[in-house]
Formats: sequence, C-alpha cells, structure tokens
Amino acid sequence: MALTREEVEHIAHLAHLNLTADEAARYREQLEAVLEYAARLQAVDTSLIPPTTSVLAPHSVTRADEPRASLAPEEVLRQAPDRARGMFRVPPVFE
Amino acid sequence: MDLTDLSLAQAARMLRDGEISSLELTRACLQRIHRFDEKQHAFLALRPEAALDEARQADRRLATARGEEQPAGALLGVPLAVKDVVCVTGLPCTCGSRILEGFTPPYDATGVARLRAAGAIVVGKTNTDEFAMGSSTENSAYGPTHNPWDATRVPGGSSGGSAAAVAARMVPAALGTDTGGSVRQPASFCGVTGIKPSYGRVSRYGLVAYGSSLDCLGALTRTVEDAALVLGVMAGHDPLDSTTLEQPVPDYLQSLTGDPDLHGVRVGVPREYFIAGIQPEVEQAVRQAVQVLAALGAEVREVSLPHTDYALPVYYLIAPAEASANLARYDGMRFGPRQAAPDLWQTYAATRGELFGAEVKRRIMLGTYALSAGYYEAYYAQAQRVRTLIREDFDRAFSQVDLIACPVAPTTAFRLGEHTSDPLAMYLEDVFTLPANLAGIPGLALPCGFDSQRLPIGMQLNGPPLSEALLLRAGWGYQQSTRWHLEAPVL
Repeated sequence: MALTREEVEHIAHLAHLNLTADEAARYREQLEAVLEYAARLQAVDTSLIPPTTSVLAPHSVTRADEPRASLAPEEVLRQAPDRARGMFRVPPVFE
Repeated sequence: MDLTDLSLAQAARMLRDGEISSLELTRACLQRIHRFDEKQHAFLALRPEAALDEARQADRRLATARGEEQPAGALLGVPLAVKDVVCVTGLPCTCGSRILEGFTPPYDATGVARLRAAGAIVVGKTNTDEFAMGSSTENSAYGPTHNPWDATRVPGGSSGGSAAAVAARMVPAALGTDTGGSVRQPASFCGVTGIKPSYGRVSRYGLVAYGSSLDCLGALTRTVEDAALVLGVMAGHDPLDSTTLEQPVPDYLQSLTGDPDLHGVRVGVPREYFIAGIQPEVEQAVRQAVQVLAALGAEVREVSLPHTDYALPVYYLIAPAEASANLARYDGMRFGPRQAAPDLWQTYAATRGELFGAEVKRRIMLGTYALSAGYYEAYYAQAQRVRTLIREDFDRAFSQVDLIACPVAPTTAFRLGEHTSDPLAMYLEDVFTLPANLAGIPGLALPCGFDSQRLPIGMQLNGPPLSEALLLRAGWGYQQSTRWHLEAPVL
C-alpha cells in the first residue's frame, strides 16, 4: 500500500496535526507497513457479513429529561488555558 | 510480618478484625513507594498526606464498626492505586500525555467512586502509555516504567505502572484499563493477576476514552480472590454509561469457596494460538498450566478460532479509528496547555502536533486514514465485518467449551527500546489479548511460571460474555494448586 507525501499531508490536515517533515516521512513509511499488513483483510469474503459496531445487543437508552445538578461552571473553567467572563477564551475564528 | 506482602483480601480482613490499622498499612505502602519508585517509576502522582488522613478516618470507622458489630465497607482502609487514564477527583490525570499536563478532573470515575464508597484509599496514579496506546509503557511522555523482575525490561503496557506497582508490593491492587490487552499483558510481564471484564460489565464513566467499543476498566492484583473483590465492587449498571449492562452482579467471592474442583468444566485450547514465533518456554508453561486445570477435573480439548490471524489488523484499524474521533477533543481550548498560533485552526494543529507523542499521532493518522472518504469501506467497514467473524469464532467455540486457556502474550518481558522503532513488532505483542476486546468477552491473566531469565509467564483464561464468576473460579482453583502468584521480585 503506497502512500504519497500529499496523502500523508492530507491526513495530517484532516486530523489537525502539525507534522515536521521528518515526522511526515516516518509516518508515511510506518503507515505503509501497517496498511500493507492490514491488506490481508481484503482476502476475507464478507459480502454476507454484517459489521460489528458494538458487541452489545442493540438497545435504546433513554432517561427522563429533567434538570439535575452538574459541575459548577468555575470548576470546569479552572481547567482551561484561557478564560474570560465565565467563558472559554479562544483565538479568533474570523479576523 | 511485612504489611506490604498482604493480599488485598487479607489486609481487608485483618483491618476489620483490628489486627492491623489502615494507618500502618497505608504508611507501609507509601514508604515502599518512596524507597523503590525512583527506580521503578510506577507512579506519576501521589497523595501521601490525603491518603494518611483517609487512613486515620478509616481506622475510626473500623473501630466504630467493630464496637457496634456493624459490617464495615468491603475495602475499608485498604490502599490502592489507579492508572492515570482514570479520573480521581483532585489528582492530576495526564494520561501519560503532555497534552493533559496540569489537568485535574473535578470528579471520580464511577469505578473509583464505588471503590472509595467501599472504603478504599487511593494513594496515587500509575504510569501508562500515552492515552493507553502501547504495550510497554515506553510511550509515556513522563518516561518508562521498569519491570520489577528486571529493570532493563519493560513492564508491559499500557497499564505497566499498575502492574509494576502491584508486583513490587507498593500497593496490593491497582486499576488498569484494557482496550487490546492493556491489563492482561502487563500482568503477565510482571507476574501478577489481571482481570479484564466483559464489555459493559464495568462503567467506563471517567475512563478517558481511547477505543470506545473496546475499552474496559479492570484490575491488577496479586491473587484471583483480590481480583474478584475489586471487580465485585466496581461492576454493575451505571446511569452515566449507557453501555453498562443491567444484569445483576453475582457475588464473585461466593464462587471462590469449597474445594477447587473443576469437574464438569470444559476448557478449550485454541490451536491457532500456538504459532510460530511464540517463545518455547511460554508454550511449555501454559501447556503445563492447562494440565493443572485438568488435574482439578476440567475436561480439556482442542478448539479452533479460525479468524485469529485477522484479529490484529482488525484491531489496528478499529481502535485507531475510534481513537482519532475520541482524541479530537484535545485541542488546547478547554483543558491542558495551548500552543500559541496566529488563528484558531493553526492553534489546534500546533497544540496537537506539539503535545501528542509519536504513537498517539501515528494512531490518529492511521484512524483518520481508515475513516477518510475513499478508504472507509476498504478499511474501517471491512474491519468491522471481520470483527463479526471473530466474534462468531468465539460463539462457536463456547458452544463446545466453557472456557478457553491460552498464553497472554507470545513472549516474556522484552528489553526497553527493543521494539520502539518498529510499531508492527510492538503491535504483535497483543496478538493473543485483543481478540477478547473485539469479541467483548472477559479475560483473566494468571502467573504460570518463569522463563530461563526468571521472567514471569502468564496464562490467559477467556469465557463467554458475563462468565466472570466461572473464570474467577477456575483461576482461583489454579492458584489454590500452584504457587507462581506468590513469587515476589527482589527489588
């Protein structure tokens, strides 16, 4: 399974990961090896096999939609790298 | 008597009977950690003062319970440790990652909350591969843990800190998590007992998510009785985790009484698990351990799990795919450090690129690829279908036998650095453990011997979903008949 440098950069972009040129080259090689190993799955005939998304029997879970106590906002905000006026402060999305 | 040699069950009993105090037990554990952890590096965080305070309170409650002849909590006054991917209020939770440096969760994981409600005292958080991704604990951003049996070797992973702490007698028990073998493989490498419950048996609330369809909270202990004790306290439905099962939790300790007799129990040995590449001493020790089960009355026969060869590639597509989604939340906005960059998007990519370690980025890349347009069908969806075939293998096997016995890992503990440059070689360490996660079935790792380097070897027992009581009974019977689990490393 050959991966191009552009493909590796595209995946890194999708995953929001800055990679150095060294990392990109290394991951290209290592991902190729893992994908080549995984290629053996293509040999399995699964045309009639349903996928497993969970090992549990499908079941619907609901609960009463009632207000309950939750964590205090200041307790949650205390973990944030930047905050202002009871909110998370983030870099601008638009200039 | 060295208090740190006591099993969890022994300690709990002696505390209730007033033969020892929680303060002296907790202090003995902390002293041992203080003395040896510089070398082992099993712990990432400790709370000695708070633990000693809780021990004093536990001693008062134990005295009251004795005076009033009231039952005390099952674990009242017993110290234990928690893997650093599981939340404990007020203790840092780094997941072995720089991206969560400084994060201190404001709540307990449900498993932790239940142990604390039963009286257990958390002494600290143990080292782990970053976000539980690894088989050696070398992927921790805070440095590797060393195997107590040989400090030049890995403790296994990703719950390597917990396994080392229990093997080194720093704590009688520690929580671990198991997504592809992360409780069982380090248990095997460190010569301790490890239980991975059925998927859905124990709440995942407060367990930092890696592969949500695979993750399980489990325990590392020195005996099966202790594993039963911890599991019994943690298990059961939790409204905070919609994947927990409603089925009542059996009294696991109840199944560990009487003669260790296994008549009527059919044990299958999967022929596909004794492959080329398995260390001959591992195969020999596991086959001897199966003979011990036979001597206890179990009927042993060969079974086949024909899709075993596919479990590894299935796992290394599904787990990274789920990880790539789960780890999207680490972007430097709500917790952890932030890497400054000119705009929001660049801030995300800079923070994640800078603060995630090599293996985490590798798996995010792999998972993102497997889920991306054009490759989803060929990789992720195909892996999910083959996962169905692997589950069906186990269904068929469990129509013929009650339990499966096999090695935990193909080798004993390898040297630090031995596999770090070859991810695929590292992934192969999980080849016998990850099928249980893909099928959602329980697994128990038991010490069953040593190789010529005096490194521990582990046997694994697997059973159908929710067969923990039988699994523990068979493991208990094995430990009643052998002494491997009583061997301790010289630090």
